[in-house]
Amino acid sequence: MDTAQIAETIRMIEGENLDIRTITLGLSLLDCADENGARARQKCFDKITNAAKHLVQVGDAIEREFGIPIVNKRISVTPISFLIAAARNDSPVAFAKMLDAAAREVGVNFIGGYSALVQKGYTKGDEQLIESIPEALSETHVVCSSVNVASTRAGINMNAVAHMGRIIRKTALLTQDRHGFGCAKLVVFANAVEDNPFMAGAFHGVGEADAVINVGVSGPGVVQRAIEQCAGAPFDVLAETIKKTAFKVTRMGQLVGKEASERLGIPFGIVDLSLAPTPAIGDSVAHILEAMGLETVGQHGTTAALALLNDAVKKGGVMACGHVGGLSGAFIPVSEDAGMIRAVENGHLSLAKLEAMTAICSVGLDMIAIPGDTDSATIAAIIADEAAIGVINGKTTAVRIIPAIGKKVGERVELGGLLGTAPVMAVDKGSAKTFIARGGRIPAPIHSFRN
Amino acid sequence: MIRAILTVIGKDRVGIIAGVSVELARLNINILDVSQTIMNDYFTMMMMCDIAQAKESINTIQEKMNVKGDELGVKIMIQREDIFTAMHKL
Repeated sequence: MDTAQIAETIRMIEGENLDIRTITLGLSLLDCADENGARARQKCFDKITNAAKHLVQVGDAIEREFGIPIVNKRISVTPISFLIAAARNDSPVAFAKMLDAAAREVGVNFIGGYSALVQKGYTKGDEQLIESIPEALSETHVVCSSVNVASTRAGINMNAVAHMGRIIRKTALLTQDRHGFGCAKLVVFANAVEDNPFMAGAFHGVGEADAVINVGVSGPGVVQRAIEQCAGAPFDVLAETIKKTAFKVTRMGQLVGKEASERLGIPFGIVDLSLAPTPAIGDSVAHILEAMGLETVGQHGTTAALALLNDAVKKGGVMACGHVGGLSGAFIPVSEDAGMIRAVENGHLSLAKLEAMTAICSVGLDMIAIPGDTDSATIAAIIADEAAIGVINGKTTAVRIIPAIGKKVGERVELGGLLGTAPVMAVDKGSAKTFIARGGRIPAPIHSFRN
Repeated sequence: MIRAILTVIGKDRVGIIAGVSVELARLNINILDVSQTIMNDYFTMMMMCDIAQAKESINTIQEKMNVKGDELGVKIMIQREDIFTAMHKL
Protein backbone atom coordinates (compact mmCIF):
# COMPACT_ATOMS: atom_id res chain seq x y z
CA MET A 1 0.00 0.00 0.00
CA ASP A 2 1.72 3.19 -1.19
CA THR A 3 0.14 5.89 0.92
CA ALA A 4 1.75 8.76 -1.02
CA GLN A 5 0.13 7.54 -4.24
CA ILE A 6 -3.23 7.07 -2.56
CA ALA A 7 -2.99 10.57 -1.10
CA GLU A 8 -2.09 11.99 -4.53
CA THR A 9 -5.09 10.42 -6.22
CA ILE A 10 -7.43 11.62 -3.50
CA ARG A 11 -5.99 15.13 -3.66
CA MET A 12 -6.53 15.22 -7.44
CA ILE A 13 -10.17 14.25 -7.06
CA GLU A 14 -11.05 16.20 -3.93
CA GLY A 15 -8.95 19.31 -4.40
CA GLU A 16 -8.23 19.66 -8.10
CA ASN A 17 -11.52 18.74 -9.76
CA LEU A 18 -10.28 15.58 -11.44
CA ASP A 19 -13.30 13.95 -12.97
CA ILE A 20 -14.53 11.91 -15.87
CA ARG A 21 -16.30 14.50 -17.97
CA THR A 22 -18.52 12.11 -19.86
CA ILE A 23 -19.43 8.52 -20.58
CA THR A 24 -21.05 8.68 -23.99
CA LEU A 25 -22.97 5.81 -25.52
CA GLY A 26 -22.61 5.90 -29.30
CA LEU A 27 -25.52 4.21 -31.00
CA SER A 28 -26.21 3.46 -34.65
CA LEU A 29 -29.72 4.22 -35.83
CA LEU A 30 -29.10 3.10 -39.39
CA ASP A 31 -31.25 0.00 -38.84
CA CYS A 32 -34.15 2.24 -37.79
CA ALA A 33 -34.49 3.96 -41.18
CA ASP A 34 -37.99 3.69 -42.58
CA GLU A 35 -39.90 5.45 -45.33
CA ASN A 36 -42.65 5.99 -42.80
CA GLY A 37 -41.33 8.72 -40.50
CA ALA A 38 -43.50 7.84 -37.53
CA ARG A 39 -42.41 4.22 -37.72
CA ALA A 40 -38.74 5.24 -38.00
CA ARG A 41 -39.08 7.43 -34.91
CA GLN A 42 -40.69 4.66 -32.90
CA LYS A 43 -37.85 2.29 -33.86
CA CYS A 44 -35.25 4.93 -32.89
CA PHE A 45 -36.96 5.68 -29.59
CA ASP A 46 -37.16 2.00 -28.69
CA LYS A 47 -33.55 1.33 -29.66
CA ILE A 48 -32.18 4.32 -27.73
CA THR A 49 -34.22 3.75 -24.58
CA ASN A 50 -33.40 0.06 -24.58
CA ALA A 51 -29.65 0.41 -25.19
CA ALA A 52 -29.25 3.28 -22.70
CA LYS A 53 -31.63 1.88 -20.09
CA HIS A 54 -28.86 1.34 -17.52
CA LEU A 55 -26.37 3.98 -18.69
CA VAL A 56 -27.01 6.54 -15.95
CA GLN A 57 -27.36 3.90 -13.24
CA VAL A 58 -24.07 2.22 -14.22
CA GLY A 59 -22.31 5.58 -14.38
CA ASP A 60 -23.53 6.47 -10.90
CA ALA A 61 -22.51 3.08 -9.51
CA ILE A 62 -18.97 3.37 -10.90
CA GLU A 63 -18.73 6.89 -9.51
CA ARG A 64 -19.61 5.66 -6.02
CA GLU A 65 -17.49 2.51 -5.99
CA PHE A 66 -14.33 4.09 -7.37
CA GLY A 67 -14.86 7.47 -5.79
CA ILE A 68 -14.32 9.44 -9.00
CA PRO A 69 -17.01 11.87 -10.19
CA ILE A 70 -18.54 11.10 -13.58
CA VAL A 71 -20.09 14.41 -14.52
CA ASN A 72 -22.16 13.54 -17.58
CA LYS A 73 -23.80 10.54 -19.15
CA ARG A 74 -24.70 11.16 -22.77
CA ILE A 75 -25.77 9.55 -26.02
CA SER A 76 -24.61 10.14 -29.57
CA VAL A 77 -26.49 8.73 -32.54
CA THR A 78 -26.11 8.31 -36.30
CA PRO A 79 -26.49 11.64 -38.12
CA ILE A 80 -30.24 12.03 -38.30
CA SER A 81 -30.02 13.34 -41.90
CA PHE A 82 -29.74 9.69 -43.01
CA LEU A 83 -33.08 8.87 -41.41
CA ILE A 84 -34.71 12.00 -42.77
CA ALA A 85 -33.49 11.05 -46.25
CA ALA A 86 -35.25 7.70 -45.92
CA ALA A 87 -38.49 9.07 -44.45
CA ARG A 88 -40.04 10.95 -47.33
CA ASN A 89 -42.09 14.11 -46.88
CA ASP A 90 -41.80 14.04 -43.16
CA SER A 91 -41.08 16.70 -40.56
CA PRO A 92 -37.40 16.65 -39.49
CA VAL A 93 -38.29 18.44 -36.23
CA ALA A 94 -40.33 15.41 -35.19
CA PHE A 95 -37.04 13.45 -35.14
CA ALA A 96 -35.47 16.06 -32.86
CA LYS A 97 -38.44 15.81 -30.51
CA MET A 98 -38.14 12.03 -30.50
CA LEU A 99 -34.45 12.31 -29.53
CA ASP A 100 -35.37 14.76 -26.77
CA ALA A 101 -38.00 12.40 -25.40
CA ALA A 102 -35.68 9.37 -25.55
CA ALA A 103 -32.90 11.26 -23.75
CA ARG A 104 -35.29 12.34 -21.01
CA GLU A 105 -36.64 8.84 -20.66
CA VAL A 106 -33.18 7.42 -19.85
CA GLY A 107 -32.02 10.48 -17.89
CA VAL A 108 -28.99 11.57 -19.94
CA ASN A 109 -28.29 15.30 -20.04
CA PHE A 110 -27.52 15.63 -23.76
CA ILE A 111 -28.07 13.63 -26.92
CA GLY A 112 -26.02 14.46 -30.01
CA GLY A 113 -26.51 13.55 -33.62
CA TYR A 114 -29.04 15.94 -35.05
CA SER A 115 -26.36 16.21 -37.67
CA ALA A 116 -25.48 16.26 -41.34
CA LEU A 117 -22.20 15.68 -43.18
CA VAL A 118 -22.10 18.00 -46.18
CA GLN A 119 -18.41 18.67 -46.77
CA LYS A 120 -18.84 17.89 -50.45
CA GLY A 121 -22.54 18.26 -51.11
CA TYR A 122 -26.09 17.97 -49.86
CA THR A 123 -28.52 15.10 -50.06
CA LYS A 124 -32.19 15.87 -49.75
CA GLY A 125 -32.05 14.66 -46.14
CA ASP A 126 -29.14 16.98 -45.36
CA GLU A 127 -30.97 19.96 -46.82
CA GLN A 128 -34.11 19.23 -44.83
CA LEU A 129 -32.22 18.65 -41.61
CA ILE A 130 -30.10 21.79 -41.82
CA GLU A 131 -33.11 23.97 -42.65
CA SER A 132 -34.90 22.56 -39.59
CA ILE A 133 -32.05 23.15 -37.10
CA PRO A 134 -33.27 26.50 -35.68
CA GLU A 135 -36.75 25.16 -35.02
CA ALA A 136 -35.43 21.80 -33.75
CA LEU A 137 -33.07 23.44 -31.26
CA SER A 138 -35.65 25.93 -30.06
CA GLU A 139 -38.28 23.26 -29.48
CA THR A 140 -36.10 20.69 -27.73
CA HIS A 141 -33.98 20.88 -24.60
CA VAL A 142 -31.17 18.34 -24.71
CA VAL A 143 -30.71 17.70 -28.43
CA CYS A 144 -27.37 18.79 -29.90
CA SER A 145 -26.76 19.46 -33.55
CA SER A 146 -23.64 19.51 -35.70
CA VAL A 147 -22.89 20.01 -39.37
CA ASN A 148 -19.61 19.10 -41.06
CA VAL A 149 -18.98 21.62 -43.84
CA ALA A 150 -15.40 20.86 -44.78
CA SER A 151 -12.71 18.20 -44.79
CA THR A 152 -9.09 17.95 -45.84
CA ARG A 153 -10.11 15.41 -48.51
CA ALA A 154 -13.10 17.32 -49.87
CA GLY A 155 -12.24 20.98 -49.34
CA ILE A 156 -14.70 23.52 -48.01
CA ASN A 157 -18.32 23.47 -49.11
CA MET A 158 -18.88 27.23 -49.21
CA ASN A 159 -22.59 26.81 -49.95
CA ALA A 160 -22.90 24.96 -46.65
CA VAL A 161 -20.74 27.59 -44.93
CA ALA A 162 -23.06 30.38 -46.15
CA HIS A 163 -26.08 28.29 -45.18
CA MET A 164 -24.76 27.73 -41.66
CA GLY A 165 -24.18 31.47 -41.25
CA ARG A 166 -27.90 31.98 -41.82
CA ILE A 167 -28.86 28.99 -39.67
CA ILE A 168 -26.81 30.18 -36.68
CA ARG A 169 -28.37 33.63 -36.90
CA LYS A 170 -31.86 32.19 -37.18
CA THR A 171 -31.23 29.86 -34.22
CA ALA A 172 -30.10 32.83 -32.13
CA LEU A 173 -33.26 34.75 -33.04
CA LEU A 174 -35.56 31.81 -32.30
CA THR A 175 -33.95 31.18 -28.91
CA GLN A 176 -33.29 34.79 -27.90
CA ASP A 177 -35.65 34.45 -24.94
CA ARG A 178 -33.12 31.89 -23.63
CA HIS A 179 -30.07 34.07 -24.49
CA GLY A 180 -29.46 32.23 -27.76
CA PHE A 181 -29.19 28.90 -25.95
CA GLY A 182 -29.93 27.06 -29.22
CA CYS A 183 -26.56 28.19 -30.60
CA ALA A 184 -24.77 26.62 -27.64
CA LYS A 185 -26.07 23.27 -28.90
CA LEU A 186 -24.94 23.80 -32.51
CA VAL A 187 -21.45 23.11 -33.86
CA VAL A 188 -20.14 23.67 -37.37
CA PHE A 189 -17.18 21.39 -38.08
CA ALA A 190 -14.33 20.87 -40.46
CA ASN A 191 -12.91 17.33 -40.32
CA ALA A 192 -15.51 16.18 -37.78
CA VAL A 193 -14.60 12.96 -35.98
CA GLU A 194 -16.93 9.97 -35.75
CA ASP A 195 -16.22 8.97 -32.16
CA ASN A 196 -16.27 12.25 -30.25
CA PRO A 197 -17.85 11.80 -26.81
CA PHE A 198 -18.07 15.54 -26.08
CA MET A 199 -21.11 17.69 -26.72
CA ALA A 200 -22.37 19.57 -28.54
CA GLY A 201 -20.47 18.03 -31.44
CA ALA A 202 -20.93 14.33 -30.74
CA PHE A 203 -22.48 12.04 -33.33
CA HIS A 204 -22.06 8.33 -33.99
CA GLY A 205 -20.26 7.93 -37.30
CA VAL A 206 -21.34 5.45 -39.95
CA GLY A 207 -17.98 3.66 -39.71
CA GLU A 208 -18.67 2.80 -36.07
CA ALA A 209 -20.06 -0.40 -34.57
CA ASP A 210 -23.74 -0.72 -33.62
CA ALA A 211 -23.09 0.51 -30.08
CA VAL A 212 -19.95 1.70 -28.36
CA ILE A 213 -18.88 3.35 -25.11
CA ASN A 214 -16.61 6.37 -25.42
CA VAL A 215 -15.17 8.29 -22.51
CA GLY A 216 -14.02 11.89 -22.20
CA VAL A 217 -11.63 12.75 -19.38
CA SER A 218 -10.95 16.11 -17.85
CA GLY A 219 -8.64 17.64 -15.29
CA PRO A 220 -7.35 21.17 -16.02
CA GLY A 221 -7.00 21.73 -12.26
CA VAL A 222 -4.65 18.75 -11.90
CA VAL A 223 -2.41 19.96 -14.72
CA GLN A 224 -2.39 23.51 -13.33
CA ARG A 225 -1.27 22.29 -9.93
CA ALA A 226 1.45 20.10 -11.45
CA ILE A 227 2.79 23.08 -13.43
CA GLU A 228 2.76 25.30 -10.35
CA GLN A 229 5.08 22.77 -8.71
CA CYS A 230 7.76 23.41 -11.33
CA ALA A 231 7.95 27.19 -11.24
CA GLY A 232 10.97 28.57 -13.09
CA ALA A 233 11.89 25.20 -14.62
CA PRO A 234 12.73 25.03 -18.34
CA PHE A 235 10.11 23.96 -20.87
CA ASP A 236 11.56 20.46 -21.13
CA VAL A 237 10.71 19.88 -17.47
CA LEU A 238 7.29 21.45 -17.98
CA ALA A 239 6.49 19.17 -20.92
CA GLU A 240 7.62 16.12 -18.96
CA THR A 241 5.47 17.11 -15.97
CA ILE A 242 2.38 17.62 -18.12
CA LYS A 243 2.94 14.28 -19.83
CA LYS A 244 3.08 12.42 -16.53
CA THR A 245 -0.02 14.20 -15.25
CA ALA A 246 -1.94 13.56 -18.47
CA PHE A 247 -1.01 9.89 -18.18
CA LYS A 248 -2.53 9.66 -14.71
CA VAL A 249 -5.67 11.54 -15.69
CA THR A 250 -6.17 9.40 -18.78
CA ARG A 251 -5.74 6.17 -16.81
CA MET A 252 -8.90 7.13 -14.96
CA GLY A 253 -10.72 7.38 -18.28
CA GLN A 254 -9.44 3.99 -19.36
CA LEU A 255 -10.51 2.39 -16.07
CA VAL A 256 -13.97 3.93 -16.10
CA GLY A 257 -14.52 3.18 -19.78
CA LYS A 258 -13.49 -0.46 -19.38
CA GLU A 259 -15.69 -0.87 -16.32
CA ALA A 260 -18.72 0.80 -17.95
CA SER A 261 -18.26 -1.27 -21.09
CA GLU A 262 -18.19 -4.53 -19.11
CA ARG A 263 -21.20 -3.65 -16.99
CA LEU A 264 -23.30 -2.49 -19.94
CA GLY A 265 -22.15 -5.29 -22.25
CA ILE A 266 -21.26 -2.70 -24.90
CA PRO A 267 -17.79 -2.59 -26.52
CA PHE A 268 -15.36 0.07 -25.30
CA GLY A 269 -14.45 2.49 -28.06
CA ILE A 270 -12.02 5.25 -27.23
CA VAL A 271 -10.81 7.63 -24.57
CA ASP A 272 -10.86 11.26 -25.62
CA LEU A 273 -7.83 12.90 -24.01
CA SER A 274 -9.24 16.36 -23.72
CA LEU A 275 -8.64 18.96 -21.06
CA ALA A 276 -12.15 20.31 -20.72
CA PRO A 277 -12.62 23.34 -18.50
CA THR A 278 -15.75 24.22 -16.54
CA PRO A 279 -16.77 27.54 -15.01
CA ALA A 280 -15.77 26.17 -11.58
CA ILE A 281 -12.79 27.70 -9.79
CA GLY A 282 -9.64 25.67 -10.42
CA ASP A 283 -10.98 24.04 -13.58
CA SER A 284 -9.61 26.41 -16.21
CA VAL A 285 -7.34 25.86 -19.23
CA ALA A 286 -6.54 29.59 -19.25
CA HIS A 287 -5.13 29.26 -15.74
CA ILE A 288 -2.85 26.42 -16.90
CA LEU A 289 -1.34 28.72 -19.53
CA GLU A 290 -0.96 31.43 -16.92
CA ALA A 291 0.69 28.98 -14.54
CA MET A 292 3.36 28.53 -17.23
CA GLY A 293 4.30 32.17 -16.73
CA LEU A 294 1.97 34.24 -18.87
CA GLU A 295 0.49 37.26 -17.13
CA THR A 296 -2.78 36.66 -18.90
CA VAL A 297 -4.12 34.30 -21.52
CA GLY A 298 -4.43 36.07 -24.88
CA GLN A 299 -1.11 37.94 -24.67
CA HIS A 300 1.88 37.16 -26.89
CA GLY A 301 3.22 33.73 -26.00
CA THR A 302 -0.23 32.21 -25.52
CA THR A 303 -0.10 30.19 -28.73
CA ALA A 304 3.29 28.70 -27.87
CA ALA A 305 2.16 27.82 -24.35
CA LEU A 306 -0.97 26.14 -25.70
CA ALA A 307 1.02 24.22 -28.31
CA LEU A 308 3.25 22.75 -25.62
CA LEU A 309 0.27 21.90 -23.41
CA ASN A 310 -1.74 20.28 -26.18
CA ASP A 311 1.14 18.16 -27.41
CA ALA A 312 2.25 17.04 -23.95
CA VAL A 313 -1.32 16.06 -23.01
CA LYS A 314 -1.49 13.82 -26.08
CA LYS A 315 1.92 12.26 -25.52
CA GLY A 316 1.11 11.43 -21.91
CA GLY A 317 -2.38 10.23 -22.66
CA VAL A 318 -1.69 8.00 -25.63
CA MET A 319 0.22 5.43 -23.59
CA ALA A 320 -2.34 5.45 -20.82
CA CYS A 321 -5.18 3.97 -22.83
CA GLY A 322 -5.96 1.33 -25.39
CA HIS A 323 -7.47 3.46 -28.10
CA VAL A 324 -7.39 7.22 -28.33
CA GLY A 325 -9.97 9.07 -30.33
CA GLY A 326 -12.41 11.91 -30.36
CA LEU A 327 -10.98 15.39 -30.33
CA SER A 328 -8.13 14.82 -27.84
CA GLY A 329 -6.52 18.10 -26.92
CA ALA A 330 -7.10 21.19 -24.83
CA PHE A 331 -10.52 22.76 -25.19
CA ILE A 332 -10.67 26.54 -25.16
CA PRO A 333 -14.35 27.44 -24.81
CA VAL A 334 -14.63 31.03 -23.64
CA SER A 335 -17.87 30.98 -21.66
CA GLU A 336 -16.96 27.79 -19.80
CA ASP A 337 -13.56 28.95 -18.57
CA ALA A 338 -13.23 31.57 -15.82
CA GLY A 339 -9.72 32.56 -17.00
CA MET A 340 -10.82 33.06 -20.62
CA ILE A 341 -13.79 35.18 -19.56
CA ARG A 342 -11.56 37.42 -17.46
CA ALA A 343 -9.03 37.81 -20.29
CA VAL A 344 -11.75 38.84 -22.75
CA GLU A 345 -13.19 41.36 -20.30
CA ASN A 346 -9.76 42.82 -19.59
CA GLY A 347 -9.16 43.27 -23.31
CA HIS A 348 -6.34 40.73 -23.60
CA LEU A 349 -8.10 37.97 -25.52
CA SER A 350 -9.51 38.70 -28.98
CA LEU A 351 -11.27 36.62 -31.59
CA ALA A 352 -8.12 36.84 -33.75
CA LYS A 353 -5.96 35.36 -30.98
CA LEU A 354 -8.50 32.62 -30.34
CA GLU A 355 -8.40 31.77 -34.03
CA ALA A 356 -4.63 31.41 -33.87
CA MET A 357 -4.97 29.20 -30.81
CA THR A 358 -7.36 26.89 -32.66
CA ALA A 359 -4.66 26.23 -35.25
CA ILE A 360 -2.63 24.30 -32.72
CA CYS A 361 -5.17 22.78 -30.35
CA SER A 362 -8.59 21.21 -30.37
CA VAL A 363 -11.10 22.33 -31.27
CA GLY A 364 -12.17 25.73 -32.48
CA LEU A 365 -13.94 28.96 -31.74
CA ASP A 366 -16.01 27.59 -28.94
CA MET A 367 -18.75 29.18 -26.86
CA ILE A 368 -18.10 32.71 -27.99
CA ALA A 369 -20.79 35.39 -27.91
CA ILE A 370 -20.69 37.94 -30.73
CA PRO A 371 -22.75 41.14 -31.12
CA GLY A 372 -26.40 40.49 -31.93
CA ASP A 373 -26.30 42.64 -35.08
CA THR A 374 -23.56 40.52 -36.73
CA ASP A 375 -24.90 39.56 -40.17
CA SER A 376 -25.03 36.00 -41.46
CA ALA A 377 -22.30 36.62 -44.07
CA THR A 378 -19.87 37.62 -41.31
CA ILE A 379 -20.78 34.51 -39.31
CA ALA A 380 -20.21 32.44 -42.46
CA ALA A 381 -16.84 34.13 -42.98
CA ILE A 382 -15.82 33.25 -39.41
CA ILE A 383 -16.78 29.63 -40.17
CA ALA A 384 -14.83 29.72 -43.46
CA ASP A 385 -11.67 30.96 -41.74
CA GLU A 386 -11.92 28.29 -39.09
CA ALA A 387 -12.65 25.57 -41.66
CA ALA A 388 -9.61 26.70 -43.67
CA ILE A 389 -7.38 26.22 -40.61
CA GLY A 390 -8.76 22.72 -40.14
CA VAL A 391 -8.60 21.70 -43.79
CA ILE A 392 -5.07 22.94 -44.41
CA ASN A 393 -3.68 21.55 -41.14
CA GLY A 394 -5.52 18.23 -41.38
CA LYS A 395 -7.16 18.69 -37.99
CA THR A 396 -10.64 19.10 -36.61
CA THR A 397 -11.83 22.65 -36.17
CA ALA A 398 -15.23 23.88 -35.15
CA VAL A 399 -17.30 26.99 -34.63
CA ARG A 400 -19.83 27.30 -31.85
CA ILE A 401 -20.76 30.95 -31.60
CA ILE A 402 -23.73 32.69 -30.09
CA PRO A 403 -25.02 35.89 -31.70
CA ALA A 404 -26.25 37.73 -28.59
CA ILE A 405 -29.42 39.30 -29.91
CA GLY A 406 -29.87 42.86 -28.61
CA LYS A 407 -26.42 42.93 -26.99
CA LYS A 408 -23.21 44.75 -27.75
CA VAL A 409 -19.51 44.26 -27.08
CA GLY A 410 -18.82 44.44 -23.36
CA GLU A 411 -22.15 42.97 -22.28
CA ARG A 412 -22.52 39.40 -21.03
CA VAL A 413 -24.70 36.44 -21.93
CA GLU A 414 -25.64 34.18 -19.02
CA LEU A 415 -26.07 30.65 -20.34
CA GLY A 416 -26.12 28.96 -16.98
CA GLY A 417 -24.70 25.71 -15.62
CA LEU A 418 -21.74 24.12 -17.40
CA LEU A 419 -22.19 26.50 -20.33
CA GLY A 420 -21.25 29.46 -18.17
CA THR A 421 -21.16 33.16 -19.01
CA ALA A 422 -20.10 34.55 -22.37
CA PRO A 423 -18.75 38.10 -22.69
CA VAL A 424 -19.80 39.55 -26.07
CA MET A 425 -16.66 39.79 -28.22
CA ALA A 426 -15.91 42.20 -31.04
CA VAL A 427 -15.97 40.98 -34.63
CA ASP A 428 -14.39 42.80 -37.56
CA LYS A 429 -16.85 45.11 -39.30
CA GLY A 430 -15.67 44.55 -42.90
CA SER A 431 -18.47 43.14 -45.05
CA ALA A 432 -18.12 39.53 -46.17
CA LYS A 433 -21.30 39.57 -48.30
CA THR A 434 -19.66 39.54 -51.73
CA PHE A 435 -17.13 36.92 -50.69
CA ILE A 436 -19.69 34.55 -49.19
CA ALA A 437 -22.22 35.08 -52.03
CA ARG A 438 -19.85 33.34 -54.48
CA GLY A 439 -20.88 29.90 -53.26
CA GLY A 440 -19.32 26.71 -54.64
CA ARG A 441 -16.42 24.86 -53.08
CA ILE A 442 -12.91 25.76 -52.05
CA PRO A 443 -10.91 22.82 -53.45
CA ALA A 444 -9.10 20.33 -51.25
CA PRO A 445 -5.47 21.28 -50.56
CA ILE A 446 -2.69 19.68 -52.61
CA HIS A 447 -1.33 17.73 -49.62
CA SER A 448 -4.64 15.88 -49.22
CA PHE A 449 -3.85 13.75 -52.28
CA ARG A 450 -1.79 11.17 -50.51
CA ASN A 451 -2.70 8.03 -52.41
CA MET B 1 -10.99 -10.79 -2.82
CA ILE B 2 -12.22 -7.26 -3.62
CA ARG B 3 -9.75 -4.78 -2.28
CA ALA B 4 -10.81 -1.33 -1.23
CA ILE B 5 -8.93 1.58 0.31
CA LEU B 6 -10.42 3.33 3.28
CA THR B 7 -9.11 6.79 4.07
CA VAL B 8 -9.72 8.66 7.29
CA ILE B 9 -8.74 12.32 7.65
CA GLY B 10 -9.63 14.63 10.50
CA LYS B 11 -8.70 16.18 13.83
CA ASP B 12 -7.02 13.66 16.11
CA ARG B 13 -8.98 12.42 19.13
CA VAL B 14 -9.37 9.32 21.25
CA GLY B 15 -10.99 6.32 19.61
CA ILE B 16 -10.76 6.91 15.87
CA ILE B 17 -9.03 3.63 15.03
CA ALA B 18 -11.24 1.78 17.49
CA GLY B 19 -14.42 3.31 16.10
CA VAL B 20 -13.53 2.61 12.48
CA SER B 21 -12.31 -0.95 13.16
CA VAL B 22 -15.40 -1.90 15.14
CA GLU B 23 -17.63 -0.63 12.33
CA LEU B 24 -15.62 -2.61 9.75
CA ALA B 25 -15.85 -5.75 11.89
CA ARG B 26 -19.60 -5.32 12.13
CA LEU B 27 -19.78 -5.17 8.35
CA ASN B 28 -17.55 -8.26 8.09
CA ILE B 29 -14.82 -6.34 6.31
CA ASN B 30 -11.30 -7.69 6.83
CA ILE B 31 -8.44 -5.22 7.33
CA LEU B 32 -5.37 -6.21 5.30
CA ASP B 33 -2.99 -3.33 5.93
CA VAL B 34 -2.96 -0.12 7.94
CA SER B 35 -0.91 3.04 7.70
CA GLN B 36 -1.45 5.91 10.09
CA THR B 37 0.25 9.18 10.78
CA ILE B 38 -0.38 12.66 12.15
CA MET B 39 0.23 15.38 9.58
CA ASN B 40 -0.03 19.02 10.81
CA ASP B 41 -2.26 17.95 13.69
CA TYR B 42 -4.44 16.00 11.28
CA PHE B 43 -5.03 12.35 11.84
CA THR B 44 -4.49 10.56 8.51
CA MET B 45 -5.12 6.85 8.20
CA MET B 46 -5.29 4.54 5.23
CA MET B 47 -6.51 1.00 5.45
CA MET B 48 -6.54 -1.66 2.81
CA CYS B 49 -9.59 -3.87 3.26
CA ASP B 50 -11.20 -6.85 1.63
CA ILE B 51 -14.88 -6.18 1.00
CA ALA B 52 -15.62 -9.46 -0.80
CA GLN B 53 -17.31 -10.99 2.26
CA ALA B 54 -18.97 -7.77 3.43
CA LYS B 55 -22.53 -8.06 4.64
CA GLU B 56 -23.65 -4.95 2.79
CA SER B 57 -23.29 -3.37 -0.64
CA ILE B 58 -20.58 -0.76 -1.15
CA ASN B 59 -23.33 1.88 -1.09
CA THR B 60 -24.48 0.90 2.36
CA ILE B 61 -20.90 0.52 3.55
CA GLN B 62 -20.20 4.09 2.43
CA GLU B 63 -23.33 5.36 4.17
CA LYS B 64 -22.46 3.61 7.42
CA MET B 65 -18.88 4.88 7.31
CA ASN B 66 -20.20 8.40 6.69
CA VAL B 67 -22.32 8.17 9.81
CA LYS B 68 -19.34 6.84 11.74
CA GLY B 69 -17.18 9.65 10.36
CA ASP B 70 -19.65 12.30 11.53
CA GLU B 71 -19.71 10.69 14.96
CA LEU B 72 -15.89 10.75 15.21
CA GLY B 73 -15.54 14.18 13.58
CA VAL B 74 -13.45 12.83 10.68
CA LYS B 75 -13.94 12.31 6.96
CA ILE B 76 -14.04 8.66 5.90
CA MET B 77 -13.89 7.54 2.29
CA ILE B 78 -13.89 4.02 0.95
CA GLN B 79 -13.24 3.25 -2.67
CA ARG B 80 -12.16 0.31 -4.81
CA GLU B 81 -8.38 -0.13 -4.95
CA ASP B 82 -8.43 -0.34 -8.77
CA ILE B 83 -8.53 3.43 -9.12
CA PHE B 84 -5.15 3.77 -7.40
CA THR B 85 -3.47 0.92 -9.22
CA ALA B 86 -4.84 2.16 -12.56
CA MET B 87 -3.40 5.60 -11.97
CA HIS B 88 0.01 4.69 -10.57
CA LYS B 89 1.02 1.24 -11.82
CA LEU B 90 2.01 0.35 -15.35
